[in-house]
Amino acid sequence: MAGIVGYGAFIPRNRIKSEEIARQWGKDPAAIKRGLMLQEKSVPGIDEDTITISVEAGRAAIERAGIDPQLIGALYIGSESHPYAVKPSGTVVAEALGIGTDVHVADFEFACKAGTEAMFVALSIVESGRAKFAMGIGADTSQGAPNDALEFSASAGGAAYVFGKDHLLVDVVDTYSFTSDTPDFWRREGEFYPRHGGRFTGEPAYFRHVTSATRAILERTGLKPADFRYAVFHMPNGKFPLAAGKELGFKKEQMETGWIVNTMGNTYSGSSPTGLAAVLDVAAPDDLILITSFGSGAASDSFVLRATELLPQRRDRAPTVRSMLDGPRRYLTYGEYAKYREKIIVND
Amino acid sequence: MREVAIVGAGMTPFGELWTSSLRDLFVDAALGALRDAGADHLDAIYVGNMSGGQFVGQEHLGPLMADHLGMAGVPSMRVESACASGGAALRAAFFEVASGASDLVLASGVEKMNDGADVTGVLATAADQESEVYHGITFPGLYALIARAHMAAHGTTLEDLAAVSVKNHRHGALNPKAQFRGEVTLAQVMGSSLVADPLRLLHCSPVSDGGAAVLLCPLERAREFTDRPIKIRATGMATSAMALADRKDPAYLDAVAAAANRAYEMARLGPTDIDVAEVHDCFAIAELCALEALCFTERGRAGEATRAGETTIGGRIPINTSGGLKSKGHPVGATGVAQAIEIVEQLRGEAGDRQVKDAAIGLTQNMGGSGASSVVHIFERV
Amino acid sequence: MPSPRYWREIPARYRLEGGRCPACGKVTYPTRRVCPECRHEGMEAIALSRHGRVVTFTTIHVAPTEFQMEAPYPMAVVETPEGARLMVQVADCAPDDVKLGLEVALEFRRIQREGRSGILCYGHKAVPAR
Repeated sequence: MAGIVGYGAFIPRNRIKSEEIARQWGKDPAAIKRGLMLQEKSVPGIDEDTITISVEAGRAAIERAGIDPQLIGALYIGSESHPYAVKPSGTVVAEALGIGTDVHVADFEFACKAGTEAMFVALSIVESGRAKFAMGIGADTSQGAPNDALEFSASAGGAAYVFGKDHLLVDVVDTYSFTSDTPDFWRREGEFYPRHGGRFTGEPAYFRHVTSATRAILERTGLKPADFRYAVFHMPNGKFPLAAGKELGFKKEQMETGWIVNTMGNTYSGSSPTGLAAVLDVAAPDDLILITSFGSGAASDSFVLRATELLPQRRDRAPTVRSMLDGPRRYLTYGEYAKYREKIIVND
Repeated sequence: MREVAIVGAGMTPFGELWTSSLRDLFVDAALGALRDAGADHLDAIYVGNMSGGQFVGQEHLGPLMADHLGMAGVPSMRVESACASGGAALRAAFFEVASGASDLVLASGVEKMNDGADVTGVLATAADQESEVYHGITFPGLYALIARAHMAAHGTTLEDLAAVSVKNHRHGALNPKAQFRGEVTLAQVMGSSLVADPLRLLHCSPVSDGGAAVLLCPLERAREFTDRPIKIRATGMATSAMALADRKDPAYLDAVAAAANRAYEMARLGPTDIDVAEVHDCFAIAELCALEALCFTERGRAGEATRAGETTIGGRIPINTSGGLKSKGHPVGATGVAQAIEIVEQLRGEAGDRQVKDAAIGLTQNMGGSGASSVVHIFERV
Repeated sequence: MPSPRYWREIPARYRLEGGRCPACGKVTYPTRRVCPECRHEGMEAIALSRHGRVVTFTTIHVAPTEFQMEAPYPMAVVETPEGARLMVQVADCAPDDVKLGLEVALEFRRIQREGRSGILCYGHKAVPAR
């Protein structure tokens, strides 16, 4: 059976508080914090992008896997903020991780689901025997237009997973994907900011796909919400994942470990993978874990996972998600944030 | 080798010379040197220039300058060692005369920096592109790293650094060719804007245009051209690790020390024999490091010596009587030759208000990059 | 930065590959053809540790054109445990946080960009150790 042999996350140190963004646009910060349940979000440094986040997360994953990176035969990166429109992020990451040239590399895009998509394909490559190890990464420096609700959530970070067949930290019990054509959120080629359908992103998009995928995988595995120690649902804001989980029958205690959106924001393709990493940072052997992602357009990937005896022995080899969320941070003013995110027009 | 003398000197004022082109600056300086010596022909020309290619888009300066001097046909070539290009050109000319190959050789230096180029970027090409410039370092930044290391190792203070600028502006105020002829106070230096912490604007030499040229001939023929020939007693050059990070002690300019030792040895003189010196104060910390590498002060004591007035005109060892690069200006390729001209004027007794009494032996120290190349010359009144 | 040169320097930039002299043990970054210490020809590739300590530092206030949006930014010479010394920017901290001897990690960052449409150039920056 194939599973996760190594994982790692990376979250930039810069933050901006919801109040700071709200003040800029004359919005009520209390309403944002209550309505979207967002306190602050991570912001990429002027020198950070999907590639740099992927490299740091990938290095942590290789540390925890304790493998020779040259044995990784496939590398997939899911993101909706690949720095190049044409030229892969993955080639930079493969070189930086020391994977070498004998590797299959691809960049994926599927809105916020691209990360679990990369994990899904990496897992399948290992299961099929095409590669001994494969890495799937979800990372983003998410875009959100100024003065859009997305500006409170769109953040930066990501997580990387190495899949293999031996010395598993986490067994993959099953996977399930639920997909339909639902134009709830999009960004056309050449456009800087995404657009969305407002409340249409809720019921017919996020909730329909998340609950359908989760119900299907529960049915396939014969498991009930109560069987899980942890559950992670994609986090476009603080409210949606908790509401979806509740509708499915999960309790707050099962969700709160992976629910990191209130201080991290929505790292798009990195969101649910980083939530999962936060869970793996604390999970005990035999704990069952559910993760369901969501990507606009739209689809959800669900994974049922079980932690092994090896997980607690390996987690100290790299920083935990909480240490990056709660550790050294730098709070930006809106002006600095606008400069870092290149929202200010300057001369070349 | 034959003994070699300087028999003529000419230089432009240094500054923002908007109406002069690169070739104009060379021609003005070269004509000055030829007139000073009363010479009407040349056997060879050396043009010290750091980056005509990047500053004004002009390479192949040898024939260009010979042509515009009205001397097409004369062997002429450019010599480059970043900001030590002028000193390197002088050294090349010295050897051409000393070897017996030529009698009348012009050593010149010229730079046109104020022509719209990205000066910070051009100067940075004198650092290691792969390991230094790629990461965003600048020249003030490199010398700031040296300054920080010097402060940590020797207790050098911000006041010590500022004292260098104050002294050099005081000297430069007396030099009609200087770019800045105003004095500055310690408070002004220490309150000027930060360029690369701890270095501030008034610790840094300016962006300058200028040309300088000296005429060399065998000492035995010198009296044909001048009553007051200045003998070049010695030339020394050395290199060091290109990248600052690769030097064992970032606070010590080992190329300067090695070049000085070679020059002292060739001249059979020591630092205490020197009456006046021009050193490469592209940044205030560079003067302090140069004083130590030239053994004018003990290692780590240059700041103290400067504050005590030892390096001022009238002090124990007057340094940068011209105003130095800081006040006189620093058209990078011209600097090494301009330093020699200041020493020539001092040894001839023609330095006016800047005159060091009874100056008989002088030294110049010119430096490229963050100190990866350095040229030292010793001159003597004969 | 022209692509060919950038491409050639990838091992040093992406993986911090330096050189170790098999004869005298000298470590350089990047690697070289000839050992600067003993002139032995042919250095062995080694991957430097991604951490070290600050040997000397400054803060760049007047920056080159490509780095103007980042100014003011600290820079430092960092020595790795192997004895290699690297010139790097120090990121994610205030200039006043950088001190002699500061322990830093070397993180993968974008170093510069070739204008709006040119290649993106990566490498390492120091950050204060977590």
